[in-house]
Amino acid sequence: MTDVPVAVEIDGLRVVRGERVVLDDLSLRLSAGRVIGLLGPSGCGKSTLLRAIVGVQVVERGTVRVLGLAAGSASLRTRVAYATQAASVYDDLSVEENLRYFAAVLGAPAAEVGRVLAEVDLTDEAERQVMRLSGGQRSRVSLAVALLGAPELLVLDEPTVGLDPVLRTDLWDLFHRLAGEGRTLLVSSHVMDEATRCDELLLMRDGAILAQETPQSLLSRTGARDTEEAFLTLVRDRSLTPA
Amino acid sequence: MSVTRTRATTRRVLEQLRRDPRTVALLLVVPMLLLWLLELVFDQQPATFDHIGPALLALFPFVVMFLVTSVTTLRERTSGTLERLLSMPLGRLDLLLGYLVAFGLVAVVQAGLASGLMLGFLGLDVAGPAWLLVVVAVVDAVLGCALRLFVSAFARTEFQAVQFMPAIVLPQFLLCGLLVPRDQMGAVLEAVSWVLPLSYAVDAMQRITVEANVSARTLVDLAVVVAAIALCVVLGAATLRRRTA
Repeated sequence: MTDVPVAVEIDGLRVVRGERVVLDDLSLRLSAGRVIGLLGPSGCGKSTLLRAIVGVQVVERGTVRVLGLAAGSASLRTRVAYATQAASVYDDLSVEENLRYFAAVLGAPAAEVGRVLAEVDLTDEAERQVMRLSGGQRSRVSLAVALLGAPELLVLDEPTVGLDPVLRTDLWDLFHRLAGEGRTLLVSSHVMDEATRCDELLLMRDGAILAQETPQSLLSRTGARDTEEAFLTLVRDRSLTPA
Repeated sequence: MSVTRTRATTRRVLEQLRRDPRTVALLLVVPMLLLWLLELVFDQQPATFDHIGPALLALFPFVVMFLVTSVTTLRERTSGTLERLLSMPLGRLDLLLGYLVAFGLVAVVQAGLASGLMLGFLGLDVAGPAWLLVVVAVVDAVLGCALRLFVSAFARTEFQAVQFMPAIVLPQFLLCGLLVPRDQMGAVLEAVSWVLPLSYAVDAMQRITVEANVSARTLVDLAVVVAAIALCVVLGAATLRRRTA
């Protein structure tokens, strides 16, 4: 192992939402400068884990450290960007008005707006009201907000859902370009075939991490043809899950 | 606190309002229509109109601003933008003040129009200065926003948000001294009325109606309402949570 800086460090995390224990005694370490995929079925606790990393989730037990600081620390608020699964933008404003506002809140220069619009391929829609956009376009506006400034960690909850394959490829290229600049991207998805686009995978089920490894190692270890099959193999044979 | 971020928030809220001209029209026109209706109701009793008109000039913008703030803050919560903003370097006070300034500007126009209508077309007769009447009406409309910004922390759903209107506004209306002078209510009710900010606004309005000169009591009343606004904003900021379950 090379000595890569750690972006996220979680120890013994337990989260209870309502009556339900969503995460229990979860520990993991994520290296910086990679595109890390968080994969698992809906309801397995992906979003809760992401919320805990961003620091917006009430945590019952355990520690979450991000870029060396406690998750949710004031100084992390410009260094960690977060896009929720549902597009968190103002429907009644135009695309550009949304980005201008969030840029002002982040203290990012207004020139950033044009850059992120180009990155998510929405330059032509800048003047349009968000409520008039398609679902995929709306989630790209939300993603664009997360690209503002120069966040060191981007936490993206299902950013590629409902996008056409060309655009999805473009976005994954963008994610790798950002990782090449030393930033860390934690991208969740319930679509297993996106796994091969990641540098590293976290497979999650019922609030537990089943595996953390590269896509190649996952396939060779389980002898599966694709990630979906590998996931099934891991679920059936817990002995393959690293202790 | 950051002036830039507060200003950006004010601008964003005003942009949202600009996109919704129907709401703006309702905001400005409804209080005027209600006051006009009031004048028609008391057509044969101009003295009564002069007596209660100023108090209702305080009440209607208060209620309307309370409602519009309800809807806006609730939308901020349900759309996920509140959570997003709170994960960013936006101070909680920046957010609330941004809202307050935006709605305050609307309140200036709204209360200005309503006061102009009352003093002009509807012929309201007050002994005190007209400008002070406008000031009290504006401050009172801002109180409506501030009170709503504070209680918005306690509403989780649209149903709850709507229920805050009768729960918070109507008791203040009943106890503000308009229906029965406050010193003629029971001791307990009178005591309660002293802690409700609307009572002070209505008191100020009633003084302006009958006193030709601006009395110290009127200014104290006004100061109490301004203090209530500040208190609501600070408490509202304190109850906003960056982390949620």
